[in-house]
Amino acid sequence: MRMHIDWTRCDGRGLCIELLPELLTRDDWGYPVGRGGSEIAIPQNLESAAHDARALCPTQALSLHG
Amino acid sequence: MTPDQGTTSVRGRIAGPTGVIRLFAAGTADFGSHHAAFGPLPEMDRASLIDELLRSGLDGRGGAGFAAWQKLSSVPADGRHPAIVANGAEGEPLSKKDAALLHNAPHLVIDGLLIAGQSLGARELHLYAGAEQLDPVARALKERGESRIRVHEAPGTFISGEATAVVSAIAGGTPIPRDRTERLTKSGLNGRPTLLHNVETLAHLALISRFGAAWFRSLGTGSAPGTRLVTLSGNAGGPRVYEIPSGMALTDILLSIGIDPHTVQAALVGGYHGTWLAAEQLDAPFSKEGLAPLGARTGAGIIMTLGSGSCGLAATADILGYLARQSARQCGPCTNGLPAIASLVERLAYGDTDGKLPQEIRRLAALVTGRGSCAHPDGTARLASSALMAFGSDVEAHLRGRCEALR
Amino acid sequence: MNTVFDQALWAVGRGSGVVAMVLLTLSVLLGIGARSGRPVVGIPRFAVTLVHRNVSLFSLIFVVVHVVSLLFDPFAQLRLVDFFVPFLGAFKPFWLGLGTIAFDLLVVVTVTGLLRNRIGPRVFKAVHWLVYAMWPVSLVHAMGNGTNGLQPWFLVIAMLCLAAVGGALAWRLHENFVEYRNVRSQENP
Repeated sequence: MRMHIDWTRCDGRGLCIELLPELLTRDDWGYPVGRGGSEIAIPQNLESAAHDARALCPTQALSLHG
Repeated sequence: MTPDQGTTSVRGRIAGPTGVIRLFAAGTADFGSHHAAFGPLPEMDRASLIDELLRSGLDGRGGAGFAAWQKLSSVPADGRHPAIVANGAEGEPLSKKDAALLHNAPHLVIDGLLIAGQSLGARELHLYAGAEQLDPVARALKERGESRIRVHEAPGTFISGEATAVVSAIAGGTPIPRDRTERLTKSGLNGRPTLLHNVETLAHLALISRFGAAWFRSLGTGSAPGTRLVTLSGNAGGPRVYEIPSGMALTDILLSIGIDPHTVQAALVGGYHGTWLAAEQLDAPFSKEGLAPLGARTGAGIIMTLGSGSCGLAATADILGYLARQSARQCGPCTNGLPAIASLVERLAYGDTDGKLPQEIRRLAALVTGRGSCAHPDGTARLASSALMAFGSDVEAHLRGRCEALR
Repeated sequence: MNTVFDQALWAVGRGSGVVAMVLLTLSVLLGIGARSGRPVVGIPRFAVTLVHRNVSLFSLIFVVVHVVSLLFDPFAQLRLVDFFVPFLGAFKPFWLGLGTIAFDLLVVVTVTGLLRNRIGPRVFKAVHWLVYAMWPVSLVHAMGNGTNGLQPWFLVIAMLCLAAVGGALAWRLHENFVEYRNVRSQENP
């Protein structure tokens, strides 16, 4: 599974970083940074956390694929 | 020969242009000359067009360099009518080739659009270009009584030619990039499969459809076949547009137009989103394969030379400032990162001797790369990083409070 | 007819109204806290969002108890139409009408909140702004319509709510409200 970040929506509120600390950190301005840039690979054990992040993102900037 | 509106032809009735001048072989922009030089429109079905493009090795000329046959064959053949877009927006200040093509050979672009449209069963044909190109395009369309193509004006912004920005503009929205999770060939203009090609790519497609892949490959190299348009500018003047065989070494390109490579300190290849190459790297071929080992790309066919009396870091700082201002300010990393990178390079160029600057520029360049809805942050980061490499000794000099160019 | 049952209904109606008012206030505070993008009193950001949502749903439950209990109350003389159409009430129609308006707004805000991921962020955000109308209208309704509306104990609660929301609003309008605000350049919406 991979998580796509829509940067045109992302406002760097940081909820996804709290829910997926294994994959994401914050950059100098608060926006999420993870391996893969806009397409973050989600390992199986973090899939449910990724679902939470998608559902709770205040700007709906996250989507999950494949 | 009199102009003929017929759409069928026997291939080989007219031989393809024999010299290096192919796209501009008609000499003038009128339909009579075009028809005399290239003959009538050929009829191509989807399979034969894809096959001919595959064998020709034509790649996209807008900047990304995606194989033309691959893009065309990724349009689903599921009965939906795709939209075809000829992209002539040239927001890149160093590129003038699309304007040159639309002014001097608009009929070849129109041919390419019609051939692609016919072979894919498209009902919507669009041509998107800057304000100054609309007159020659309108004149050409009127000359041949062609009413199927809708013409749209592109604004002069740097990112107006980005594929999703083009689709957005044609759909009536703002010409800024959109987030995408699917290829445009699957879901583009109003959700329709959309094939978007640079105008030069379509002009080559029109020639390949007529004269075949073997003719196309009779110039250029094995991995970089055919001819391409380049825009040259810099210390020897310009910008000027040339049609050259693909894969020529950069030094040979400079020599062929009368520039002594020894007067060139470095060259920016690929445009503002491109890469600075130092003088000793300029023997590389100007092609995807030739430039890849140097981390560079042909982009839209742009070469800007820097004379030995100019400061490469100052030139880079100016460009980075422009690129930062051209951000659509939609994506956080780009909105914040590009001005930060630009200001660090400006400090380095204009007298700040803080030894941490190069490292910080590299860090921010890596940080913004891949984190936008379009490649604007990536291209800007590439330019900044390449300047630190190509002007490595000048960076050292600047950190000691000097500038190599001003010695 | 003044049975024990009627007395109980009346008490439930008033009590649930007061509780709903306090919960709505808490929900507004949590919503503003969530919008700041900062952890609130040590609660992580995602949890602030979840608590905001749950407190909001609780406040709606109390509002429903409030209006349903008053529907059966002989003093209030509420009719079903008064739930949705303002200013038709028999008893204090103006103050009741404000409650109706607040109720309608609360329903719309809740429904769009629950459907947030389907309707998209633009519609959600536009509708959610209505809270800034709903909350003061509901407070004025409580003070004007309520039997205890102007009694000291209720006024103390109302003033505390007002002070809390006023303070949160002042913070909301402060330039450093959003985390990282001071290091970010202005983004287009």
